[in-house]
Amino acid sequence: MSGVALLIPIALLLGLLGLVAFFWSLRNGQYDDLDGAAVRILIDDEDRPDA
Amino acid sequence: MNAPARPVASAALPESLFSVPGMRCAACISKLEDGLPRIAGIAAARVNLTAKRVTISHAETMTPPDLRAAIARLGFEAQPLASVLADSGNTESAGLLRAMAVAGFAAMNIMLLSVSVWSGATGATRDMFHWLSALIALPAIAYAGRPFFKSAYAALRAGHTNMDVPISIGVVLASALSLFETMTGGAHAYFDSATMLLFFLLTGRWLDSVMRDRARDGVTALLRSTAPGALVLGDDGHSAWLAATALRPGMTMLLAAGDRLAADGIILSGRSHFDRSLLTGESVPVLAETGALVLAGTRNIDAPVSVRVTAAGAETAIADIARLMDKATQAKSRYVRIADRAARLYAPAVHTLALLSFAGWMFAGAGWHASLLIAVAVLIITCPCALGLAVPAAQIVATGALLRAGVLIKDGSALERLAEADHACFDKTGTLTLGRPEPVSLQGLDRTQMSVALALARASRHPLSAALRGALEAQGVTAAPVADIGEVPGEGMVGLFDGVVVRLGRPNATRAAGPAAAQPEGMACTLEIAGQPPVTLHFTDQLRPDTAATICALAGLGIGSAILSGDSAAAVAPVAATLGLEAQAGLLPQQKLAAIEALTLTGAKVLMVGDGLNDGPALAAGHVSMAPASASDASQNAADAVFMGDSLIPVVTAIRVARATQAIVRQNFMLAIGYNVIAVPLAIAGIVTPLIAALAMSGSSLIVVANALRLRRLVK
Repeated sequence: MSGVALLIPIALLLGLLGLVAFFWSLRNGQYDDLDGAAVRILIDDEDRPDA
Repeated sequence: MNAPARPVASAALPESLFSVPGMRCAACISKLEDGLPRIAGIAAARVNLTAKRVTISHAETMTPPDLRAAIARLGFEAQPLASVLADSGNTESAGLLRAMAVAGFAAMNIMLLSVSVWSGATGATRDMFHWLSALIALPAIAYAGRPFFKSAYAALRAGHTNMDVPISIGVVLASALSLFETMTGGAHAYFDSATMLLFFLLTGRWLDSVMRDRARDGVTALLRSTAPGALVLGDDGHSAWLAATALRPGMTMLLAAGDRLAADGIILSGRSHFDRSLLTGESVPVLAETGALVLAGTRNIDAPVSVRVTAAGAETAIADIARLMDKATQAKSRYVRIADRAARLYAPAVHTLALLSFAGWMFAGAGWHASLLIAVAVLIITCPCALGLAVPAAQIVATGALLRAGVLIKDGSALERLAEADHACFDKTGTLTLGRPEPVSLQGLDRTQMSVALALARASRHPLSAALRGALEAQGVTAAPVADIGEVPGEGMVGLFDGVVVRLGRPNATRAAGPAAAQPEGMACTLEIAGQPPVTLHFTDQLRPDTAATICALAGLGIGSAILSGDSAAAVAPVAATLGLEAQAGLLPQQKLAAIEALTLTGAKVLMVGDGLNDGPALAAGHVSMAPASASDASQNAADAVFMGDSLIPVVTAIRVARATQAIVRQNFMLAIGYNVIAVPLAIAGIVTPLIAALAMSGSSLIVVANALRLRRLVK
């Protein structure tokens, strides 16, 4: 029983953490430009002196 | 990450938004984001590749044309976007997605607790788990249920009912009763069912909204097509850039070649061709000289002109058409989605059933607590979860399949209306025909003439020149060394070849007689090489491939076709005769709209297919409408569906798929009813526990979604 008392809050907290992370990413514009994110990885840093 | 998202610097600087349709790769992103800030006056640029937009923060002195020129210097064509329209975006989808995330989180965690209760937890453990469930469920339901509660409240206030009414009543009653059960230490709590129900329904609602987001607002596009401003000549001789909203009748605008007019006006000086395709759908530019009226939204092709403003803003012809479209769209919004139509029958039946079972058990002496529990079980079992998920699931599978076939459907309602169409009206230019001129008499030219023509045509922006260039290059002709090529505004191209003057231009400029006079103005051009007889090249606007097959297939589907054209009767007659269709010619936008409305009054469900802005009101008024991808932006946005490519066959494909989707939706309704016929008696009998309710709900949802996925194979 004491195990459950510890595990349930942990489970809920982890779930809540996921929810908060999802909300943050939504608000932060992480899903605004999915195509752009896919190709930005291909841009070389050397070409961008100010980056 | 290699290229971090750099914030667009300091909020104090003004920001402008440009649509750059040409960018499609990583190199384009770095070119714009690195190149623009190097230009004086621009602080930073941020690209959104998905939306094909770039946000530029710049000094106040930079005007939209300056910025546009800056982007052009990097090799991209850009259109300024009014910043207020920029974030018209997906706030509804984002809201639904957040609600869905919350409902999903709650449903999963409550299920975790519920499974232990179902596995035999009793006493204090069960109570504690119920309390925990309540703690998660109540705020989650209050948050995630809002879209349904709001819509149900609005429907009830308006005196009718929709799908959201039984959903809201079911969810609220189930939560209230479960809370009571929890407080009194009862055995059955339905928190898991309530949150799972919301999760499934929100998934359906979100899919529906994502589908709608693909469409852009018709009015937004109209505003984008108008230039957002013009260079205005002041009294003191200085010119200044003014936004379209600041233009007033009487001002003098200076219009460079390639610019779009921001207001209606009369040409004060200069002569040039104007591309009116946005307004009329006609591809052949018209020549306008001093004193001619030119309209906002048309594009100046070859020479600078100055224009005195006669009407600006809401007074322009383009704004008139926008208003007509607006009004016609309102009629369409009265269409009731199939799910809501079903709910009109379904909701009263469900509520009567729940009430009757409550009354029945009370009468049988079960006590109000037990009777209420059974009534809530009936409500939960009958909650139209399967329906709410099955309709959008089928529709998004269908729209996805159609997208691969080259048809972009705007939303689910469009798909439903497409399936109902029983009458088709086609515009001629640009819809039945390709809307672009093709040269027909190139055989009359010898090798030298061809290469001279190519050299001259390459230097011009006129659509006939572009068509000629395309056709000649396709034949492998190489351009002759023509020197001193110049454009005589409104007349054509002139140059020197082997010491003699060569000319490509209007057929009636030098000699109006001969066969050229019989051709419609603008659909022919003359090649003259000094010392040789001039050659007249004719152009026609070809029918789209498969046009006859499309009309035939539509007839096979029970859909009769007709032509509504703004072109002259003489131009329409041959097309009508070839296809064997009835045609009305010479129609104004208002008359096209009236023709559609007259058909609608006779009970016909009209499918309007058109491309020009002059078709806009008719597209908005039709029961359902389609536009080719070559259509003006406004028409693409007014239409319910847009098809790619030259062929007209996608119209038929879209109707076939829409009808198949409708059949699947009907099957899903039958499945849902069948499921209710089995489950409801169990609920009324009082056998249904929260466990059975949860199983039945997810089971029926899976079955209808699986059935919807069958469409994937059906429409291949």
